[in-house]
Amino acid sequence: MSQQPPIPVPAGPLGGSSALPAVAAGLGEAPPAAPVPAVPREPLPADVRDRPVPDVSHGAILYLEGVNVAFDGFKAINDLDLSIDDGELRCIIGPNGAGKTTMMDIITGKTRPDSGQVYFGQTVNLLELREAQIAQLGIGRKFQKPTVFQGHSVFENLELAMQADKRVRRSLFAQLDAGQRARIDEVLGIIGLRGHERRPAGALSHGQKQWLEIGMLLMQNPRVLLVDEPVAGMTEQETAQTAELLVSLAGKHSVIVVEHDMAFVRSIARKVTVLHEGHVLAEGTMDQIQANPKVVEVYLGEGA
Amino acid sequence: MRGFLSLHTRTGWLAFATLTALLLIAVPLLNALPADSALHLPDYLVPLLGKFCCYALVALAMDLIWGYTGILSLGHGVFFALGGYSMGMYLMRSMAGQGVYRSQLPDFMVFLNWKELPWFWHGFDQFWFAALMALAVPGVLAFVFGWFAFRSRIKGVYFSIITQALTFALMLLFFRNETGFGGNNGLTDFKQLLGFSLAEPGVKLGLYWISACVLLTVYLLAQAIVHSKFGRVLTAIRDAESRVMFCGYEPLYYKLAVWTLSAVLCGLAGALYVPQVGIINPSELEPTQSIEMAVWTAVGGRGTLAGALLGAATVNGLKSWFTVAAPELWLYVLGALFVGVTLFLPQGLIGLVRRLRPGKTEEVRA
Amino acid sequence: MCRLLRFLLLACALGSTLPAFAVSFDDTITHLGADPQSLRSAVGELAAANDPRALIFLEALRDGRVSFRDGEVLIKDGDTLKRARDGVAVTGEPGSAPLLNNAVRRGIDSALTRLQLTSPDRAVRLAAATAFADRPVRAAEDSLRAALAAEIDQEVIHALRLALAPIELQSEDRGKRLAAIRTLADEGEPRVIAVLDPIAKGDDAELATAARSAIDAITDRQWFRDQAGNLFYGLSLGSVLLLAALGLAITFGLMGVINMAHGELLMIGAYATYVVQNLFRSYLPGAFDWYLLAALPVAFLAAAAVGWLLERLVLRHLYGRPLETLLATFGLSLMLIQTVRLIFGAQNVEVANPSWLSGGIQVTAQMVLPYNRIATVIFAFAVLAAVWLIFQKTRLGLRVRAVTQNRGMAAAMGIDTRRIDAMTFALGAGVAGLGGVALSQLGNVSPDLGQARIVDSFMVVVLGGVGKLAGAVAGGMGLGIVNKFLEPAMGAVLGKIVLLGFIILFIQKRPQGLFALKGRAVEG
Repeated sequence: MSQQPPIPVPAGPLGGSSALPAVAAGLGEAPPAAPVPAVPREPLPADVRDRPVPDVSHGAILYLEGVNVAFDGFKAINDLDLSIDDGELRCIIGPNGAGKTTMMDIITGKTRPDSGQVYFGQTVNLLELREAQIAQLGIGRKFQKPTVFQGHSVFENLELAMQADKRVRRSLFAQLDAGQRARIDEVLGIIGLRGHERRPAGALSHGQKQWLEIGMLLMQNPRVLLVDEPVAGMTEQETAQTAELLVSLAGKHSVIVVEHDMAFVRSIARKVTVLHEGHVLAEGTMDQIQANPKVVEVYLGEGA
Repeated sequence: MRGFLSLHTRTGWLAFATLTALLLIAVPLLNALPADSALHLPDYLVPLLGKFCCYALVALAMDLIWGYTGILSLGHGVFFALGGYSMGMYLMRSMAGQGVYRSQLPDFMVFLNWKELPWFWHGFDQFWFAALMALAVPGVLAFVFGWFAFRSRIKGVYFSIITQALTFALMLLFFRNETGFGGNNGLTDFKQLLGFSLAEPGVKLGLYWISACVLLTVYLLAQAIVHSKFGRVLTAIRDAESRVMFCGYEPLYYKLAVWTLSAVLCGLAGALYVPQVGIINPSELEPTQSIEMAVWTAVGGRGTLAGALLGAATVNGLKSWFTVAAPELWLYVLGALFVGVTLFLPQGLIGLVRRLRPGKTEEVRA
Repeated sequence: MCRLLRFLLLACALGSTLPAFAVSFDDTITHLGADPQSLRSAVGELAAANDPRALIFLEALRDGRVSFRDGEVLIKDGDTLKRARDGVAVTGEPGSAPLLNNAVRRGIDSALTRLQLTSPDRAVRLAAATAFADRPVRAAEDSLRAALAAEIDQEVIHALRLALAPIELQSEDRGKRLAAIRTLADEGEPRVIAVLDPIAKGDDAELATAARSAIDAITDRQWFRDQAGNLFYGLSLGSVLLLAALGLAITFGLMGVINMAHGELLMIGAYATYVVQNLFRSYLPGAFDWYLLAALPVAFLAAAAVGWLLERLVLRHLYGRPLETLLATFGLSLMLIQTVRLIFGAQNVEVANPSWLSGGIQVTAQMVLPYNRIATVIFAFAVLAAVWLIFQKTRLGLRVRAVTQNRGMAAAMGIDTRRIDAMTFALGAGVAGLGGVALSQLGNVSPDLGQARIVDSFMVVVLGGVGKLAGAVAGGMGLGIVNKFLEPAMGAVLGKIVLLGFIILFIQKRPQGLFALKGRAVEG
């Protein structure tokens, strides 16, 4: 176990150009002037490589069809159809109670729909899997409220999130090897917490916790990132950095962002989906959405 | 201060070595001194110290499940008692023919006019079988109970309440004569263990010494566990279980593993306890008993193994003193400990020490 | 003495209006001789005389308390001697005893039977008929039939028919025997099965069939009665559980406070009742029967005050830390128990039922519904209604609901949330105090009273689901009734264990309980 080959950075370029060196640095092959040396790329260890690769031959990495969920008669999700392309960055907006968080709960296995289908790629039926199994497939999730392990150090938080064999037996004797340490150090750099790695996560500021959580997502090497209100409570500068990071992640990862902050959505969005009463109301670019009279009525109308 | 007795620091190793020397060497030496010596440790204190070792073992088990994993069990008395009863059954069987009725059956069965051993008493004439059962019965019960409870994600106070119901139900069961464990009176009047008379001071010292050895070994084991990745996942479950799940861990198996381990350790403590105390009865299953176990851990300091040892020693030391010196005050003291620790010392005595020694407060071990 | 008084009163009342038989009794007594011959004829006359004094005289004669002195017939009643004809007490020693033989004794018995069965006092008739139904006497057949013909009271008729049927069962007349079997089928108690059984196994096909169906009918009826009894005792136990858990439903359900000292609040209510009882006994013995009414507010306030103190001093520092709250309140419970032990002693104290709660409604020979249990059921629902009204209809209730739903918003609207917390907790504690009053009427009051209840109370709340009063009702009643139905089958202890096991399994399936909210509202 100790001589496990190092886990490489997520293969392939993570994003295009970035104005933020700290962000760009960790994202693999991006700018050549990256301060952190790229970790040598070696084959994945067996237990990690066993993660099934989703069949994305039709382009979609996530696919929801006819999903319904009711809580005590209240229809939180109503005949929802949604398809996310591989490598896409998708923003999902909608008024309170539109079902955004419930949708994420369904994808990550927290809530079981009453009916409908949820597929990862063409073949993996997510409704048959538990939360942990879905996470191991490579679907990562960031909560609305930053959720990190308060009692652990920043380093340990990242270590625990790292893609590895997560069964009890292995955890008893697991040791970090040099490659894994390098990977943690790399992510520390990405999320701007280098130098803080020994601090307990509970002692971090709110923005730092949000970033640590994003860092934990990165440690999981996810195919899909579900990000719930990532910039809530962040300063303007932190928001801009987050936007950079998310944009840079798209491409190799599929990123789904649920957000209320319209300026933020506009700054990152390529394709926007509007949810209303648990149903897709409209889909398109930000400009198309803003021109859509239905959307204006139910959503932008309120805020405008 | 996290390093105190943590074996990852020099002070930790030193403290552990001192404790080992005290428990394993100093106690027998002091006991061997002539009775008129000022430093002589009287014979009657030896089983008491042995009892404390068993309690400290329980506190360690409690700390693993509550302090580290955040699951408060109010039913650890069940596992302790089951371990104790297993050992008690061996001790009863081993004195066949020496009871008041000179019968091959335990006295209480003769008294109840039973003609033969119930099926679940078979095998307990063998020490190895009884010892195995002392660990296996609590372990299996904990595994089954935990499987159902954790699988349906019963958490927090709900879990505490149903574990309390478990110990309550078992107490009612064991109080019945028909259950076959001696009812109200339990199992007592033991004579010998593996041929050694339990009345001998030497045997008592030996039992104490074994208990201390087991305690120190389990302490090392617990240290290894909490400092492994497994241990870090446990603490992560305590702090943010959903995040653990979305990181790809199955909390069910982690909880089940530590819960079962904790129960087995309690069974071990119970089995060591019974020959030293000479009795096991359903009062060990009273809900109060189990809550007291939680308080040992809380008083010492949750989430630190040294705290568990300290807490068990402090509370039981106080109890032994008060129940002799001022019995009517003891419940006030115990109650005040409950309230005081939760209100003023959430980190327990260890936390108090830590506060008095400022310094590396924020940094944690990487 | 009591009997004499009754006799005197009756004599006065009847003396003027019923001269016809009064003369007959007086005549007989005046001419009574001490020899068996004379006594036999006198007993026969008295049996016909419908005079209450005759009953008293015959009972005295049977018991050997009658004597003759100076031509006067005397009856020894306790330590006093009285004249038989007018009950006037006389001094001196009893005179010579009359000579009784077996014929006289038989005569006395049958005369007594007739007199009792035809007594103007319904209670005397019923008691006599019931005695015969319990222990059929062939010799009494004619008296019973005569009494049945004259009887108008349904209950006495029932008892008379039950008394006659076993006798008629032995008769030569098949018609009579069939009729008797039918009577027993209609009205019989389980014990007559022993009488019917030989007939059911007998050679006479028609009788055997009738007897078998009679046995079935009796068993069925008994089964229904047993179930009704179980239901009642289940309801009664459920009410106790409800009272114990109602306060917990408020503090745990609405506030999320795990109060392990809840049982001790019940105990405080019970001891408050004990204190009020003693005060009444010492200072207001005349109004003793009403001490319970005074105990209600006292118990409520005592428990509420203790609850308020607990909240102010301890619990408010622990909000949001449920496990710590659990431990701290357990510590408090130990202190409360010890305090009560030091004040009142560790032994049980005796709390008496007021007279209006003693006794019960006799439904059948085997089934009594005690008044204190009936009162508990009513009381539990009254308290439930009061709590519901407080939460739904008062300003306090509105604020409590506001605070539980959204603390921040409620505070923003100017509600003093800390004060509301304290008041809600005190209310829950006070309700527990009321539960203590009920418990004091049903069983022992001891310092450990609460500890025995706390596990049950939590089970009720967990089973019912947190945050809804309806959950506490369903949980309490459900547990109570299921428990009482399990008890006959497997005994009290095993029944309880099975029930706890059932709850543990139930929580697996429905962790939110019977009535809890689902979905986002819970997690938010």
